[in-house]
Amino acid sequence: MIRDQGLASKLWRFAVWALAGLFVLNLIGVMAAVVMNSFARRWLGTWLPAGWTTRWYFDAWSEFQLSSVVLVTFQVVFAVVLISGMIGVVTAYALARRDFPGKRAVILLFLLPLLIPPLTYGIPLATVLYQVGLGGSFWGVVLINLVPSLPFVILVMIPFIEQIDPRIEAAARVFGAGTGSLFLRILLPLLLPGMLAALLLVLVRTIAMFELTFLIAGPTSQTLVVALYYAVFASGVRASQSIDAMAVVYMVTTLFWLVLALQFVSPTQIVARAKQQQAS
Amino acid sequence: MNRPSLRLRLAAQGFDATTLLVLPGLAVMVALFVYPFVYGIVDSLMPREGVWYSNYTRFFTDRFQFATIGATLWLALPVTIVNMALALPIAFRVRLMSRQRLLTTILVLPITLGTVFVADGLLTFLGPQGWFNRALILVGLLDAPVKLTNNYWGVFASLLITGFPFAFLLTLSYVTGIDPAIEQAAATLGAGPRQRFFRVYLPLLVPGLAVTFCLAFVQAFAVFPSAVLLGAPAGPTRVISIAAYQAAFEQYDHSMGSAIAIIMGLVELVVVVAVLALRSLFYRGPAGGTKG
Repeated sequence: MIRDQGLASKLWRFAVWALAGLFVLNLIGVMAAVVMNSFARRWLGTWLPAGWTTRWYFDAWSEFQLSSVVLVTFQVVFAVVLISGMIGVVTAYALARRDFPGKRAVILLFLLPLLIPPLTYGIPLATVLYQVGLGGSFWGVVLINLVPSLPFVILVMIPFIEQIDPRIEAAARVFGAGTGSLFLRILLPLLLPGMLAALLLVLVRTIAMFELTFLIAGPTSQTLVVALYYAVFASGVRASQSIDAMAVVYMVTTLFWLVLALQFVSPTQIVARAKQQQAS
Repeated sequence: MNRPSLRLRLAAQGFDATTLLVLPGLAVMVALFVYPFVYGIVDSLMPREGVWYSNYTRFFTDRFQFATIGATLWLALPVTIVNMALALPIAFRVRLMSRQRLLTTILVLPITLGTVFVADGLLTFLGPQGWFNRALILVGLLDAPVKLTNNYWGVFASLLITGFPFAFLLTLSYVTGIDPAIEQAAATLGAGPRQRFFRVYLPLLVPGLAVTFCLAFVQAFAVFPSAVLLGAPAGPTRVISIAAYQAAFEQYDHSMGSAIAIIMGLVELVVVVAVLALRSLFYRGPAGGTKG
């Protein structure tokens, strides 16, 4: 690496770090404000709250029926992860191993949901789901969330599968492995790290996916993020501390899974394709 | 003459049992994406009243509705440009760091927290009594608190916080994908830092930056919860997604809702295609130094 030592370079370096520092500082401020308010007895016009209490958490837990919301959130998220994982890996395998006419069109079809704003396909899809009677139901929420997560799994898994040498599979075939044992005993162990990474990312994304769930969720099929939206939207009805207590519950949930995901994935992988070769 | 069996002929084209594994995924996408999309287009052409295109004429003649396109672009374009302008120099510095993991982890946080949490936090943080205003008054930059929530700037800040990390991580992965030997070669030939950036790195980065711009723009363009919670949803931040949602689920006019949703997708695609077309005016070729 080249490091320049001139004065202008030093000033520029300082400016860039100052900018990054300011951003992180404000980010921490936003999160700390929520956490602090959720423990505040009263917080009006001062730097710090007047006193501390944990009662807002109990309030939020009973008022918002948080326990059932959290339960629904996990049911939805795990259903989405499971379905998109199973279908996605199978599809990615076919796309990684075979070249066929129309493959580019198929890949484009899987790319589109990630390029178009969720509401653009969400509104027609929600209309269709309401017409077949899935509006407001658990499976409606799961189905609408599959649209962005299935392509995501596929696009993360394709490069992962491509890097597995097809000769390993051929060798297993030569030794008499059937399709079932080939998949269970050869492919699955090799793919497991990649699948874990992709599925954890889908999990984190689905917990945070607001727009699509919001369109279709009914009173009993709300996820945490939608419940939080309604709470903030109707602020004034409820104490702001109680809403922030709920926000903290939400934050802890996503953070838990994010930290777990980061054990397996490099952060750039969350947005970009797996590009591990140079990084290591 | 014995023709090879249909099975063999298909296999030569690339169609065999393995290829068929693509079908379940394809079926899901056709059922949940293609069909609703086509349904939405047809639905938007069957308005409650009037001729087939009257939803579209209604949208484009009603100033209150039509103005949402401008409001959305007026938010999304500046935010995307600011995000990219911040992400590029920071990615260039971070590329030199040996311990990128902590910083990148901190920056990933806002992506996963989602727009609703960030909006909720910003309402407290940027409010008239929030830490942001207090700190600026303490430093002496302000005499009285400025209004930063329930207007344009609240939404802007929220898009900045959730969008910057995204732009940054993408840019970083493109920047680290460029072989450092190229920069070293330029330095050996006597290029200063500015020259190395503008004449070596930037041309190599343009394709990646174009993609980053598009993806960051798509995110910002879809702004919805923060425009409601942090903005003025009846005024300057009445973005097009609010208009689509209101038509479909508040006035229960799903035909109009679909029409606005499709206009929204089209406007976004126009910008994306324009950016990608601009990209093709620049250098295209390998940026990595490795073979293959």
